[in-house]
Amino acid sequence: MKPKVAFYWCASCGGCEEAVVDLAEDVLAVVEAVDIVFWPVAMDYKLSDVEALDDDELAVSFINGAIRTSEQREVVELLRRKSGAVVAFGACAWLGGIPGLANLSSATSILEFVYRESPSTPDGDGVRPLEETEVPEGRLVLPHFDEDVRTLDQVIEVDYYLPGCPPPASLIAQAVTAIVEGKLPEKGSVLAPDVALCAECPRADTKPEDLKVGAFHRPYEVIADPETCLLAQGIVCLGPATRSGCDAVCMRANMPCTGCMGPTSRVIDHGAKALSAIASLIESRDRDEIAVLAEQIVDPVGTFYRYSLPASLLHRRVDAASATTSGSAKS
Amino acid sequence: MSEREPFEPRIVAFFCNWCTYTAADLAGISRMQYAPNVRVIRLMCSGRVDPQFVLSALREGADGVLIGGCHPGDCHYQEGNYNALRRFEMLRLMLRDFGIEDERVRLEWISAAEGDKVQRVCNEITEAVRARGPLHLTVPSDGTAAEAETGSNVQPLELVGREA
Repeated sequence: MKPKVAFYWCASCGGCEEAVVDLAEDVLAVVEAVDIVFWPVAMDYKLSDVEALDDDELAVSFINGAIRTSEQREVVELLRRKSGAVVAFGACAWLGGIPGLANLSSATSILEFVYRESPSTPDGDGVRPLEETEVPEGRLVLPHFDEDVRTLDQVIEVDYYLPGCPPPASLIAQAVTAIVEGKLPEKGSVLAPDVALCAECPRADTKPEDLKVGAFHRPYEVIADPETCLLAQGIVCLGPATRSGCDAVCMRANMPCTGCMGPTSRVIDHGAKALSAIASLIESRDRDEIAVLAEQIVDPVGTFYRYSLPASLLHRRVDAASATTSGSAKS
Repeated sequence: MSEREPFEPRIVAFFCNWCTYTAADLAGISRMQYAPNVRVIRLMCSGRVDPQFVLSALREGADGVLIGGCHPGDCHYQEGNYNALRRFEMLRLMLRDFGIEDERVRLEWISAAEGDKVQRVCNEITEAVRARGPLHLTVPSDGTAAEAETGSNVQPLELVGREA
């Protein structure tokens, strides 16, 4: 009997689903090898189909997206019960991802902005989403919007992690193959190489031995040389603090690494490590000069924790309950 | 976490072996009294203070963090205190965006002869943090009492040493 597999999405953009399709003709081999019994974005199965399964009947559930609502919590808890293994698929499920940056704001301030303050919202209509609404046809319900964004493993037990935004097709194919062949690594593993991205960067040879930066630039501010180490050009590239396995696709497209593959296994807090790696490059010993260079990193939380704020040691802005929607991030 | 009444700030201090820790010893030998709120951790160099250490201290219940190193030019390892300074300046800016006030995290150069400076700085940060009140972090929990106490699925921290 073919192993049964489920795919599910939570707080995500759909890119992870796209990544499965990006397997191209290899996806046929996947479909050949496994029985997909639940995949809301692509196939018409109902939640009741999952509820009808025996516990652990699913060989594996691939779950992408961060967790923000009661509905997401309920479905992933159900999938956890029905699955032998759960794979956190992509940066959001593993570390919180881009949706995780909402942890710089409170749930209340987000709802306030979206339903009252945003320029595209008509003034004064006072319409807010309610979790329960009575209409002539009956009672309508919406999921609860949680106070913060959480990673999948802050909600359910997770067996494996596939990094990336989205995970590279090669890593997905390797993971599926490992599952089908029953050759899975130790529980809790991240299914990707465990060395920093610089190791596979085509520009690695141009990275100076003693790399120092006299000014930081954002990608749009300069025309980057397509051959030279981006850090050596003063462009903030998180390669030194980020896991490899993506084949350095961004650097090949002349863009810096923003850290979507997450940290290596020796790191607890990706953002802190990325900050450490970048700050150490500052070419100055003078406190005031150093402060000037540090300020060139616009939005440090968004730069260093772009994919990992909910998984970080601080998890969210301390005073998020009273923070404005934009936090204090500089625009 | 239950409210601590009356509030006594918890300060974690990372002192370098060669200057600031020696200065703290001097303060002790000289019988200088200073706030007992500061818990000192000795490192070989302020350059060893990984930003993860600072965040872990805050995560584990510190209300403030003090880093002490040799004066510029005096680092036993030449460049360590400059690296501490570079990381500290950027970390300070980032902590603002986390809503953590500047007064809670401080870097000071304290030479082995400056026992009195240890005394002054420890007292100052304790009072500055006392004025700010407890640091309220909200770490993941599903709201159940058991999880709130154990800190949910948060893994134990192993910051030092290599993987087996």
